[in-house]
Amino acid sequence: MPRQALAALLLLAPSAAFLLAFSYWPVLYVAVESLTAGRGGADLGNYARLFADPHFAQAVRNNLVYAVGTIAPSVTLALLFALALRDSTRLNAMLRTLLVMPLLIPLVAAAALFSFVLLPGQGLLDWYLARLGIAATNWLGDPDLALGSIIALTVWKNTGYYMLFFIAGLAAVPQELLDAAKIDGARALARFRHVTLPMLGPTFGFVLPIALLNALTQVDHVVTLTQGGPSDSTSLLLYYIYQQAAQNDDPGLAAAATLISVAALLALSLGTFRALDRGIHYAS
Amino acid sequence: MRAERRLLATVAIGAAAIAWALPFAWMAVASLRPGVPPDIASLTPPGPFGLGNYALAWRSGSFPLWYLNTLLMCGGILAVQLVTITAAGYAFARLRFAGRETLFALFMLQILLIPALLIVPNLATLVRLHLYDRLLGIMAPYFASGFGVFLMRQTFRAIPRDYEEAAMLDGARIPALIRHVLAPLARPGLVAFAIISVTAHWNEFLWPLMAVVSPSRQVLTVGLASFTAGAEAGSAWGMVAAGTFLVAGPLLILFLLFQRRFVSSFMFSGIK
Repeated sequence: MPRQALAALLLLAPSAAFLLAFSYWPVLYVAVESLTAGRGGADLGNYARLFADPHFAQAVRNNLVYAVGTIAPSVTLALLFALALRDSTRLNAMLRTLLVMPLLIPLVAAAALFSFVLLPGQGLLDWYLARLGIAATNWLGDPDLALGSIIALTVWKNTGYYMLFFIAGLAAVPQELLDAAKIDGARALARFRHVTLPMLGPTFGFVLPIALLNALTQVDHVVTLTQGGPSDSTSLLLYYIYQQAAQNDDPGLAAAATLISVAALLALSLGTFRALDRGIHYAS
Repeated sequence: MRAERRLLATVAIGAAAIAWALPFAWMAVASLRPGVPPDIASLTPPGPFGLGNYALAWRSGSFPLWYLNTLLMCGGILAVQLVTITAAGYAFARLRFAGRETLFALFMLQILLIPALLIVPNLATLVRLHLYDRLLGIMAPYFASGFGVFLMRQTFRAIPRDYEEAAMLDGARIPALIRHVLAPLARPGLVAFAIISVTAHWNEFLWPLMAVVSPSRQVLTVGLASFTAGAEAGSAWGMVAAGTFLVAGPLLILFLLFQRRFVSSFMFSGIK
């Protein structure tokens, strides 16, 4: 074996061992488990049970609403904030700090804060809404509002993070291009639409997969605030998996649902990369 | 007209940013109000103020233990990661071997296979390795980091080869070369990774919740969840605020002190 290859083998071995044990093996394991757990031999019975389970269907629907409901507003707001706060004045730096702070705290801490913000009657939101004459609302206890409340919490938590990427993306838009468009008589909105936005393609290509990943893999707030309720209205895919594994002790359903989530995640991430890759505007 | 519109936009954005900070403002104010005042939501209460809630929270939760466990967990993960990502990052950046690109793509795949998603199989692995209900079990899935390897490969690639060639001429072997020549030069990359890693694991909840059952091995986030459940039941919102600050405060304060460092590290990431 050539010397370099031997050295590479030794240097990669520690990482490779842990990756095998905790990233690749688990995928194989759930694949097998989903076919065999609780079955006599190997069949698709767990998948049949999974697709027949109304709780699973509800979790998938909720997760779709949650993904769109968190990604669309937080990415739009992040872009608006970035456009408004891109210049590094002292005031802008301070406002940016305020927007980024939620990123630094654990999602369970954010959930603890929001359990008070959303507390009916006495809580921060209702207390001040009462001054405007708006009656108390059961933000987390009403099945029609609970998912929206969870979405609001997530938007609050993640927007500042995405804003950072847009600020960096905006700084990379060449001023000459904007100036040229200005000379050609393009108004501010047209300049944004036809110059800035296409140039932000790579930023979107980066932010959207991250946002998707977050929508599929973060359920700490569901675990601590609503436990998926009321009546399943805030149950998300990963929460459903957690429930099957930790509470219902049903490894077959948990494994089948895990494999579907992993597949969805891979497909969505690759799809996003591809779609944006085609749409990306290369300056050179 | 234009100036007016601009002013309006500035005010709107400023108001939104301030609204963003209100939950934090409430946390700070409420945590300093002793007892159970009926207007606990007020952001501008008349007083009295005191540190009583912090003392109560400290006593009713196991904060010293949770801090210790969290520090051990974050420190342990980071220490092992720094070794594995430096070694692998060097191999991908500098060495030539068959299947390098394929192997690199496989390493990157891990970024998507988030441990939270693989809770079920990873728990089974922990049980088999006798790591279930141990801090080491929480840490183990993170010892390899696809993202860290990516970051270190980029960092090493940006370092001119001259340094290594000089050291090689002096007869240095690869481990010594990495330790004494490259690692010091790669410091910015390592610091960026350290910030991302510690932030991610300090804040993580679901995996530590599942991987450990003994109260004596709980970390801050898991402790906070049970602590707030208890305090909320007694409507002790001032204590909830104080407990939340005890958990979220250390990173928030570090962030405010070293903002530039944090922000530039997050820009590298994408993975929290």
